[in-house]
This record gives sequence, C-alpha cells and structure tokens, in this order.
Amino acid sequence: MSTTNKPIKTTSRPGRTLAILGLVLVAMVSLVFIQGSTQVRLGLDLRGGTSVTLQPRIAPGDEGKVTSEAIDQAVSIIRQRVNSLGVAESEVAAQGSGTNRQIVISVPGDTGRRVVELVGQTAELRFRQVLASGSGIPTTADAAATPAAGVSAEVNAKFAALDCTKPENLQGTGADAPTDTLVACDRAGATKYILAPAEVLGRQISKASAGLDAQAGSNWFVSLTFNGEGTSAFGALTSRVTSLPEPTNQVAIVLDGLVVSSPRITEAIPSGNAQITGSFTQLEAQDLANVLKYGALPLAFDRGEVQQVSPTLGADQLNAGLLAGGLGLLLVVIFTLLYYRALGFVTVGSLAIAGLMLYTLFLLMGEWIGFTLTLAGIAGAIVAIGVTADSFIVYFERVRDEMREGRSLRTAAETGWVRARRTILVADFVSMIAAVLLYVFSVGGVRGFAFTLGLTTIIDLIVIFWFTKPALVLVSRSKFFNSGHPLSGFSPKSLGLSVAKEA
Amino acid sequence: MSKLSGLGGRLYRGETSVNFIGNRRRWYMLSSVFVLLSIGALSIQGLHLGIEFKGGSSFTVTTQNPSVTEARAAVEEAGVTSEAIVQLVGDNKVRVQTGSLEQAQNDAVQDALAAKFSVSASTIDTQIIGPSWGKEITRKALYGLFGFLLVVMIYLAMALEPKMAIAAIVAVIHDVFITVGIYALVGFDVTPATIIGFLTILGYSLYDTVVVFDKVRENTKSITSSSTKTYSQAVNLAVNQTIVRSTNTSIVALLPVAAILFVGAGLLGAGTLKDLSLALFIGLLVGTYSSIFIAPPVLAQLREKEPAMQALAKRVNARGGTAVAASSVPVAAVNGRGPRNQPKRKGRK
Repeated sequence: MSTTNKPIKTTSRPGRTLAILGLVLVAMVSLVFIQGSTQVRLGLDLRGGTSVTLQPRIAPGDEGKVTSEAIDQAVSIIRQRVNSLGVAESEVAAQGSGTNRQIVISVPGDTGRRVVELVGQTAELRFRQVLASGSGIPTTADAAATPAAGVSAEVNAKFAALDCTKPENLQGTGADAPTDTLVACDRAGATKYILAPAEVLGRQISKASAGLDAQAGSNWFVSLTFNGEGTSAFGALTSRVTSLPEPTNQVAIVLDGLVVSSPRITEAIPSGNAQITGSFTQLEAQDLANVLKYGALPLAFDRGEVQQVSPTLGADQLNAGLLAGGLGLLLVVIFTLLYYRALGFVTVGSLAIAGLMLYTLFLLMGEWIGFTLTLAGIAGAIVAIGVTADSFIVYFERVRDEMREGRSLRTAAETGWVRARRTILVADFVSMIAAVLLYVFSVGGVRGFAFTLGLTTIIDLIVIFWFTKPALVLVSRSKFFNSGHPLSGFSPKSLGLSVAKEA
Repeated sequence: MSKLSGLGGRLYRGETSVNFIGNRRRWYMLSSVFVLLSIGALSIQGLHLGIEFKGGSSFTVTTQNPSVTEARAAVEEAGVTSEAIVQLVGDNKVRVQTGSLEQAQNDAVQDALAAKFSVSASTIDTQIIGPSWGKEITRKALYGLFGFLLVVMIYLAMALEPKMAIAAIVAVIHDVFITVGIYALVGFDVTPATIIGFLTILGYSLYDTVVVFDKVRENTKSITSSSTKTYSQAVNLAVNQTIVRSTNTSIVALLPVAAILFVGAGLLGAGTLKDLSLALFIGLLVGTYSSIFIAPPVLAQLREKEPAMQALAKRVNARGGTAVAASSVPVAAVNGRGPRNQPKRKGRK
C-alpha cells in the first residue's frame, strides 16, 4: 500500500459503478416477477405447523455398519409417509453429512400428533409370499368373490376395496405385523397384493448389490446373499413356491408396508445366494439393492425435538420480528443522521439497497433452494443491519481521518477507501467464517440465523463496494459537502480541526 | 454529537490521549476479577440450562385468563407426577415445562390443559425434546466454538500478524468467560438460541479488534527505522485513533440488538428472539471492552518482548520524552495532557 501517502488521482468512475449496480438490482427484481415468487416462504415458527427432528439411533457396535445410503433410504421412507398426509408444502430434509445426520420433518398447519406418530416408527423389510394380486383400483365385490387359498373372506373384501391411487394407502406406518396376512399396494400404486405372513426378514440379508450382466451387456440385476438363518428360511420359501401357479410363485419384498418388488421364483434357492433379474435400468437396480441393504440393518430414530406452533403464535412471532426489525433500522438511521448529518443519507441509501437485495434474495432463494425464513433468520437480518452499518462507519471515519491530515474531501474519499477497504474485507471475512461455522454446527431453526448472517455479510460487501464508495465519491465532488457546511458531516468543527480553511 | 466528533479529531492527532497500554495492569486486574467471578459463579451456581439441553416438554397455552394454579392442576390430572415449572408469559400465556415424558403423557398433558382452559388442543404450542438431544447440540456447539477459534486464529495470523492473532484470541476467550459468567451469575436461561447468539458474538468482538489492529499495523509498519515511538506508544495511538470508530460501530451494532431484545422480551415474553438478543447484547458490551482494553495491551506486551522492539524502546527513551508529541503534531505538546505524561510512563518500564 505504497500509494496511500500520495494523493490519489480520482480515476474511479462512480457513475458507472452505480449504474451497473442499478442494472443488477433491476435484473434481480425482474427475475422475481418472472418467477412469480412474490412472497417470502415463511418457516413453521412464523405461520404455524409441526416440525419433528429425528436422530438415527445407532446401537453400540453398529456404528460402522450404518451407511450414508441407509440414512438416505430412511429419509425416503419417512418422506413417503409424510407425503401420504397430503399436506401441501410438507418437507423432509436431512441436515448434516454422512451418518451423522438429523432428519427434519416440517408439516404446516394442524396435523400435530399424526405427524409425530407417523414418523416415529421403524421401517422393516420383509419377504412375503404373494397370495393374490390385481390392478391397483378397487374391484367390485363379485369380481373377487373367490378368495385365494388360505385367505379369509374378510381379508379378501379388504383387498377388493383397496384403492392404491389414494395417497393414504401409499403410506407405510410400520404397523404391518410380520405374522399378519397383509393387504398392500406397491410403491407406485399400480398393483395391489394379498401377502402371506413374513417368512424371511430383512435382518437376515447379509449383502446386496446391483450388477451388470457382462454377457447381455445392458441387463442390470440385483444379487443378494443371506446369512445362515436367512439361507434356510429363504431356501424353504423358494422350494415351496416355485412350482405353484401365478401369482403365488412370487415373493414380495415389502418395506414399510409397501411392496418394493415381487420377483417370480424360478427355482429353489438353497444356497443363500439369489439374483433378481428383470428389465432393470441401472437406477432401478441400485434402488432395489439399497432397499435390501437397508433391510439388513433397519434404522430406528429418536425424536430429538418436536415443535408445534399454532398459527396464532406464528403470526405473533412474525409481527414481533418485523417490529424489531423496523425499530432497529429506525434507531440506526437516527443515529447515523445525528452523527454524520447529510452524510447519513448515504448510509440510509446503502441500507435501503442492502434491504432490497436481501428481500429479493429471500424471494429467489425460496424458489431455487427452498429457503424458508424463520424467526431466527429475521433476527439474523436485524443483527446484520448493525454489521452493514459498521462498514460504513469504518469507511467514513477513515475519510475523516484523512481530512484531519489535511486532505481535501475529494482526495480523502479515495485514499480513505484504500485503507478502509482492507479493514472491511478482513472484518467481513471473519464474520463469514463465523456464519459458515454456525451453519455447519447448528441444528434446527437456528440455522436460519447463520444463513441470513452469511448472506447479509456478502450483501454488505456488494453494497459498500458498489454503492457506498461510489456514492461518497460522487457527493465528495459536490459543492455542499466540500463547503464544510455544519450539516455535511465534514465541517472542520465536527472533524475537530481548529483552523477553518474556508470562509 | 458534534462534541464527540471534535473529540475524534483530537484523539486522532494524539492531543487527547488515554493511556490504554500503560494502564494495562489496571484493565488486567479488572478483567481478572471478572473472570474469577465468572469461574466462581459457574462452579457454584452453574448454568441454567433450558429444556433443549436436558430433555423435556414445554406447553404454552394462549388464553384470556391464564392461571398458574389451574395449569398446575391440569398437569396433575394428566398424571404427571414429576416436577413441573409453571409460569406466566406475557399477559395472555401460561407455560408448563416438564421433564422427559412418554408420547402418551405428552398428549395427556396437552389434552388436560386444553380442557382446563377450554381451548382447542391444536392452539397449544408445544415443544418436546428427547433426552439425548441436548448432548448432540452441546457437542456441536463445542465443535463450532473450537473450530471457529482455530480457523480465525489461522486467518488473522495470515491477514494481520501472528501475534495479533494470539492477542485477538486471548480477548475472545476473555469475552467467552465473562459472558458465560454473567449467565451463571444472573441465572438467565441457556437455550440453543443463546449458544448461537454467543458464537455470533465471537465474530463480532473480533470485528472491533480487527479495526484496531489494522490501524496498529499501519502505525507500526516502519516503526523500527525511526526512533520516535516505542511499539507500545504506537499501539496506544492506534487505540486512541480508532476509539471513536469502535464506539460508533458498537453503538450501531447494539441498537438493532437492543430493538430485538426490547420486542422479544417485552412483547413475546420468551423465546428465540429474547435468548438470541440477550446473548448478543451482553456479548457485544464485553467484546467492545476487550477490543480496547485487553487485545491491544496483550499485543503490545507480546511484541515488546522482541529484541528489535526493546532496542527501539531504548532508543526512544534515550531521545527523551518529547519525541512523540514533537513528531506527530506540534500543537499537541501545548494543550494535550496525554502525550506529556505518556512517555514518562513508558520510561518506567
């Protein structure tokens, strides 16, 4: 920074920078209108709803066995259950990374206890013989009058009435007792089944993987291996059903009360090594393999936190947050106007632009990454008013220091900037580190705080580089600010200069 | 206000000078007392942890006529025998906090409260925390704290100077102790929102320190090539020059936080807003103090140990006390109290 002691020629073009910023703002605002996202998505604590945070319960000794895929599988099972509630904008998201993840379920509105009960059950994988199958729509009673062998009339009636196109029938509840004869849909809702009691359990699988048939080239298959118990159970099941007529020669793989796959058994498999073939795509084969792997070690979850906020409290919190924000902003504006006089308007303008940017980003991010604004997020934004204003103060005080050393406002606006810029960059970078770490190491709603804090730190940089600095350079060329007028914030008196330079 | 601005000018030129560095023993004493008090309060009283850390359930009923006794009766009717904390929140809410309950018990308490206050169960705001949840949050918060200190120290060592990083971290740890101590002493509730507010403060406290240290760096860039100021004197000048800035940034940071605290505590009674802003408010005050009274003296002490700085101090002392004032602004020697006694104090050590 050897340049700082020499007067710098004002080569910056404040007008151009301001114009570019103006264009960026216009572009952002029009993007908002193009996307039609005109309302910030509010978190459940601001509009009411239930949120449940689940933690995987990993038994001692099983630490290494729980894989990231198993958690993904659990998340998708829970998502399926939650979606079956049919509440719009329900969300299931995993937070954290690897096996150390929490699952956050948020359901707006008043469904409280159902959600809590629904997501708490452990999903198990079981193999059941298919007794009957049919298209997923309800059938008239007489069409299904003849129950399949070993099926009671009651179960048969249930089967006939089952409508797999309804979302509530596509939910797993974990309530499918292994010893029951079960009526179930497949995951897609296209087919319904009557299933015999479970004969092989998911825990009896020791290995599962998707593979590509080397000869045929494009045929994906899934191979699975059973442990000792599983081998004999699966051997007995396959040798019994393989010679039976359709569809009773099929074995359904049932996860969480829904049929994932129902392969036909073509031969008895006493070895414990089975292959499921079919017209799988790579994705389908891998999905099925993941389901089987998950079945080997089903994940149970602990309810970490359950929060139920009524819409009234939500509205109260939203109003309180907005009120606090308005009040905070007002106080800062009053302070800067009192202290910096007319210069304070540059601050007010900067805050207004920062506010506009933040609001449009809230709108856009709601659309892009599903950002929802929580009470903690609002608090983060309010705290950020202070951080943003701090940068202006660092800059303005620098400029005043430069003027105390005898520089004109015009020069001081440039030399002061060179020095202030460094301080602001270092300080903002520290804030950024704090925000990122807070985001990584926090769970639940308070994450929103870290997110907005980080976001506003970036906005702070944009605003001070592209607005505050060029704006100050512009006003530094004006007569009013150079006159040392008492209201300009740069009067000799306010700078503490004993000799007035100008009459 | 304009008086304050005028003061800024005098401080900048060194006409008015507060001897922050020379009086460091005074500040260290003060802080030691606070830190000891904090440790005492922590070990005797401990922190008042919210249910988020202990596990438990919280039910808040919004009703026209909230009543602690009615709420307590409802909890007993629901068959919960363990200790329950019942309190009024604001003027239309009553909150019941219990230990960890089974799901069925939670439902029972909610129903009993709904019946007692004749409101619908769905309007009762509930929060249920599993027993193992607190450990998870605590673990994460500690990771966050240490990760933060480490990353910031490395960054500051690179962006500023290694010894500045050490001094800044000393100040931050000082802030942590005192803030936690205040929480233990007063018995404020510690919730996850408190922890977040608290971690934010660390970043904020550093913001002020960075502003001061940046100025120190500028003032001491080629300090050894002249013999006008010792390192400590240069640091002291930097603190004086930036004090108006630090005060202003702190005020501006405090204003919005105070607004949240006012609204959060006054209107909502309790919750995220209050917990967050209270931690921020206390931490900001402590952080501002440490960035002026702790971090710079620690830095000066660290650097004065270097042979080059000691040699400089000798040269400056040999040249006599007026050197500082003469080199900066001539007027200063006439009307400034600070600079005149500043070198004398320096001469002592």
